[in-house]
Amino acid sequence: MFEVRLHGRGGQGTVLAAGILAKALVAEGKHVVAVPQFGFERRGAPVAAYLRASATPMRAMTNIYAPECVVCIDSSLPRVVDIFAGLRAGGTLVQASRLAPQDIVVPPTVATIAVCDAIGIAREVFGRPITNTVMLGAFARATGLVSLEALDRALEETSFRDGGLVQNRRALALGHARTVVHRTGQREAA
Amino acid sequence: MNEVVEKTAPLTEPAAEGIAQGPDKAVTKKEPKILVCDGNEAAAWGVVLSRPDMVAVYPITPQSSLAEYVAQFVADGVLDAELVEAEGEHSVLSVLHGAALAGARTYTASCGQGLAFMFEPYFRTPNLRLPIVMSIVNRDGITPQCVWGGQQDAMTVREVGWVQLFCETVQEVLDTIVMAYRIAEDRSVMLPVNVNHDGNYLSNGIVRIELPEQAEVDDFLGAPDVNWHAALDPKRPMGVDPLTGGATGPGPALFVGYRRGHCEGMQNALRVIVDVHEEWARRFGRRYAPLVEEYRLDGADYALVTIGSMAGAAKDAVDAARERGEPVGLIRIKTLRPFPLDAMVTALDKVRAVGVVDRAVSYGWNSGPVHQETLAALQYCPHRVPCLSLIGGLAGADLTEAHFAHAIAETARLLVSPCPREPVWLNAEDR
Repeated sequence: MFEVRLHGRGGQGTVLAAGILAKALVAEGKHVVAVPQFGFERRGAPVAAYLRASATPMRAMTNIYAPECVVCIDSSLPRVVDIFAGLRAGGTLVQASRLAPQDIVVPPTVATIAVCDAIGIAREVFGRPITNTVMLGAFARATGLVSLEALDRALEETSFRDGGLVQNRRALALGHARTVVHRTGQREAA
Repeated sequence: MNEVVEKTAPLTEPAAEGIAQGPDKAVTKKEPKILVCDGNEAAAWGVVLSRPDMVAVYPITPQSSLAEYVAQFVADGVLDAELVEAEGEHSVLSVLHGAALAGARTYTASCGQGLAFMFEPYFRTPNLRLPIVMSIVNRDGITPQCVWGGQQDAMTVREVGWVQLFCETVQEVLDTIVMAYRIAEDRSVMLPVNVNHDGNYLSNGIVRIELPEQAEVDDFLGAPDVNWHAALDPKRPMGVDPLTGGATGPGPALFVGYRRGHCEGMQNALRVIVDVHEEWARRFGRRYAPLVEEYRLDGADYALVTIGSMAGAAKDAVDAARERGEPVGLIRIKTLRPFPLDAMVTALDKVRAVGVVDRAVSYGWNSGPVHQETLAALQYCPHRVPCLSLIGGLAGADLTEAHFAHAIAETARLLVSPCPREPVWLNAEDR
C-alpha cells in the first residue's frame, strides 16, 4: 500500500487532482481509495485530499494520517499548514516552489525532495496559478508510482474539454519535465 | 546533487481477508466497464441505469454533486428523464407524488436540513404507497453548524414508513439504487425506498467500480409498475387520499386497514429484499448481505454492530484483533427498515456481548439509534447479551481502524464487567 496526502488551496484543484491520479492508477491495474478532507468549500482556504493505492482491494474509507508522500501544490501553504504532519520517515515531499530542493526546509527524516515551479508553469499555460495538473506531472516524476501516459489518458476522462484539455495535457507534461528531484541521503520509506 | 529517482511501486501486499463483495466466481461475463468515481457519481449512474421518467432535485451538501451529475446526464442525453429543479425539497417530493400517481418511475436525493424541509410530503409518501426511490446522502443535524456526514437525518425519520437500506461501499451504492426499484415496485411491497450512503466518506470517496450493462439492468428491472393501485388517470377516475377514519363515516376500521396494510408491506419487503439481492448476485456477480451481514462470527465471543461505510475500517480492525487472538466478529446492518428481526437475532445469538457503533445520537436514550434497535432485538434472543453503545463519526469525524480497536476493547470488557449505561464517545479526544 502507498499513501499520499495532497495539500492545496480551494480553487487550485487539489481534490480533482486526487481523482485524476486515482483514474490513472486504476488504469495501471491498482486499486485506490481517494477521500477529500472535508471543510467549507472556499476559494483560497487550505484543503487536502488523501489517496491510498494498493495491488489489492481496500475496505477502509478513511483519511490518511501517516503518508509516504506529501504533495503540496501551493507555494505559500507550508507557512500556514503543517504539511509534514505524520509524514513517514524516509518519505517524499513534492512541492510547488521556485526554490531549489536544497533550499526547501524539511524535517530531517525526509528522504526525497522534488520541486517544481508549478505557479510559473501554470501562469505560462493557463495565465492563472492553477497548479493541480502541473503537480501531478511532478508527482509522477518524483515517485515513479504512475506513468505520465496514464495521467495523460486520465485527463481525457475528466470534465476537461477542448482547449482546456489541451492546456492541462501541456501543464502535466511541463510539470513532469521541469521537476527537480533531490535525494537527501535519508533511507526511503519502505 | 540533483537526480531523478526511479522507484518501483511498493504495491505487492497480499489480499486482505474477507473482502466479501468481489465478483462471484461462478459468473463469467465479458469485461465490465470500469469507472473510477465517488459515491455520488456512482449513485447517479445507478439512476441512469434505472431509467426513471422523472427526477426532481434540490441541491444540498453533501448531496449536491449527485444532483449535478444527474442534471449533467440529463443535459448530455445519457438519461432520458424529465428533470425538475424545484424551489425546495417540499416541492421536490410533492412533484414526484404527482409523477408517481401518473405512472412515472421517479428519483430524488436529499439529506440533513433538506430532508427536514421535505418532511411533510416525506411523511405522506409511504402512506400513499408510492414506490419512489430516494438517496439520503447522510448528513449530521444542525446546530452547531455542520455540513458533514452523519446519520442523524435518516435515523430521525426511521419511523415514517420508508424502506431504509444502508450501503457500505461505492459499488454497493450503485447496485442498491437499481435494486431499490425492484423492491419498491414489487406489488407485495409498494413502498418508497431510501438508499442511504454516508456523506463525505462515501459521497466523495473515490474508488474503482464496475458499471453494469444497461441491457442487463433493463432485463432485471422490467417496465415501471407504479400506479396500478392509486392513479391520477382520466381513464380510471378515483379518489386518491380521501378523508378516512375518525368515528363517523367509514369508521376507524378503514384507517386501521391502511396502517395494517402498510405494516404488511414492510414485512413483505424483508422477503423481497432478500430475493432481489439474490437475483442481483446471480445476474451481476456481486453478492451483498441483504439484511444483516455476519462477518467472522464463527468462533466469536463478542461482536461490533455497524451500519454504513464505517464497516470497512471496522472489518480491518476485526481482522487485526483476530490475528492477536481476540475472538471478535462484526454484524453490519444493511436493512434498518423494515427491521430484520430474525436475521439480527440469528447473528446476535452467536455472541455473548455486542458493542453497537452509531453515527447518530438517540437523545431520548443517551445512546445511539442502532443501539436501541439492537436492544429491542435482543428481547427475542434466548440468552442475555450485554449491549454497549458507542457513538462516533458525527459531523464528518473519521472512524479509523484505531477507533474500532478501541471499540473492540470496550466491548471485550463486557464479558468480565457490567455494561456501562453511558455511551462511549469515540471521537471525544480527536482535535
